[in-house]
Amino acid sequence: MELNTKLDFQHIPAGHCENGVISSLLKYHGLELSEAMIFGIGSGLFFAYMPFVKVNGVPTASFRPVPGMIFTRAAKRLGIKMKKQTFRNQPKRAMEELDRTLAQGLPVGIQGGVYHLSYFPPAYRFHFNAHNLTVFGKEGNTYFISDPVMEYSTTLTYDEMIKVRFAKGAFPPNGRMYYPISIPEKIDLPSAIKKGIKQTAEYMLTIPIPLFGVKGIRYLAGRLRKWPKRLGPKKAAIYLAQVVRMLEEIGTGGAGFRFIYAAFLQEAAIVLQNPKFDDLSKEMTMIGDMWRKFSSQAAQTCKGRSADPDGYNTAANLLLEIADEEEKIFKKLRKLID
Amino acid sequence: MEKDKVPQDEGITAGITREVQYAVDENGNYVKTFSKGWEAKNIVNSIAWDLINERVEMADEKIRKGKASPIMHFMEKHQMNISILADYAEIPRWKVWWHLKPKGFKKIKQHYLNAYSKVFEVSIDEIIHFVPNK
Repeated sequence: MELNTKLDFQHIPAGHCENGVISSLLKYHGLELSEAMIFGIGSGLFFAYMPFVKVNGVPTASFRPVPGMIFTRAAKRLGIKMKKQTFRNQPKRAMEELDRTLAQGLPVGIQGGVYHLSYFPPAYRFHFNAHNLTVFGKEGNTYFISDPVMEYSTTLTYDEMIKVRFAKGAFPPNGRMYYPISIPEKIDLPSAIKKGIKQTAEYMLTIPIPLFGVKGIRYLAGRLRKWPKRLGPKKAAIYLAQVVRMLEEIGTGGAGFRFIYAAFLQEAAIVLQNPKFDDLSKEMTMIGDMWRKFSSQAAQTCKGRSADPDGYNTAANLLLEIADEEEKIFKKLRKLID
Repeated sequence: MEKDKVPQDEGITAGITREVQYAVDENGNYVKTFSKGWEAKNIVNSIAWDLINERVEMADEKIRKGKASPIMHFMEKHQMNISILADYAEIPRWKVWWHLKPKGFKKIKQHYLNAYSKVFEVSIDEIIHFVPNK
């Protein structure tokens, strides 16, 4: 299909791809909600450490729920209907459908693999398939792309776009695309915010498996302490570096989403007209600063690759402090919305 | 984190982009600011790349010793394992496993070479005549 269109779409850089895409798609359709607001309503903050889930043989900590979850929850709580499509083994149909939707004047959210993003910093091009971006036009062979984690809007060729949409490995996107089809006239924001906070607090405090939430942070602390002895200096450094990457590398807004969440609490204080959320936002910022301290300390420990258990012990102790603080803040939040 | 404390250490995104970092401005309000990078991130990213480069080195060593086929070099270079490569090339896993052996590679059929050359974005000649450095 010959398509020549560039929609009047505003590129808004964001901390995290999934929330960034939804926030800017909704804005295009007249609903202004910040990335932080979507993140909070969708209960984006989380912690999980499942040592048996490995990426390239290295266990991975996660500071958010599984890809797509924030999005699904936020849409449900806001009453927004999205059209979601996948095209298993049908790249041609997937591309036709994308063009057809663009031709209708609708920007389209795409799930894709980072490895094939030609505009990405090479250092970030790993086989990670849960990235999100918006397509807002096509001219000849070129698609106009708004990728929230990039400073400016960018482009991909038709061939690159197929590769991005049909990346292989864990979480294959299978050409997944999505866009809002109905947005309610009136949105009950206070209720959506409360639901979002409630679930985050529940998940951080009450999952009875010690790998998740506050318990998961403590569990990671215990494992991490033993790494240098159990794995040797080299492998221990690789394991520790992986934790820091999940905390800081592309798309967390810093400190494993804790700063985005603090921004959300600040907005919540205004919507709910309750200054107590402002105080908790400040506390969350402090917790974010503690995570940054952990990242910094852990990175230095990795750098030396020393078998010295001191670096690992210090990092583990920091995690225990963080776990205590997160337990406190989510207990307060749970009480506040009751 | 305060806005003026957001680190600006150049590194992995230099010349390509800056990343959004949430921080508090002088009035205590959250704002999105840009960060050129952070030393801690540069360190842990480089550790991930050291691992990838080491795996390529190990593959090359195996190829030199005649214990692996050139496919292994390209597979590791593209950060793949047998299962990801099999998915991309649309070749059954056990066949990819077999092609990674010098014996299996010797008898490899043309259409498999075509598939690998497409995935790795190199010519068939470059695969067949691949010689590891050193």
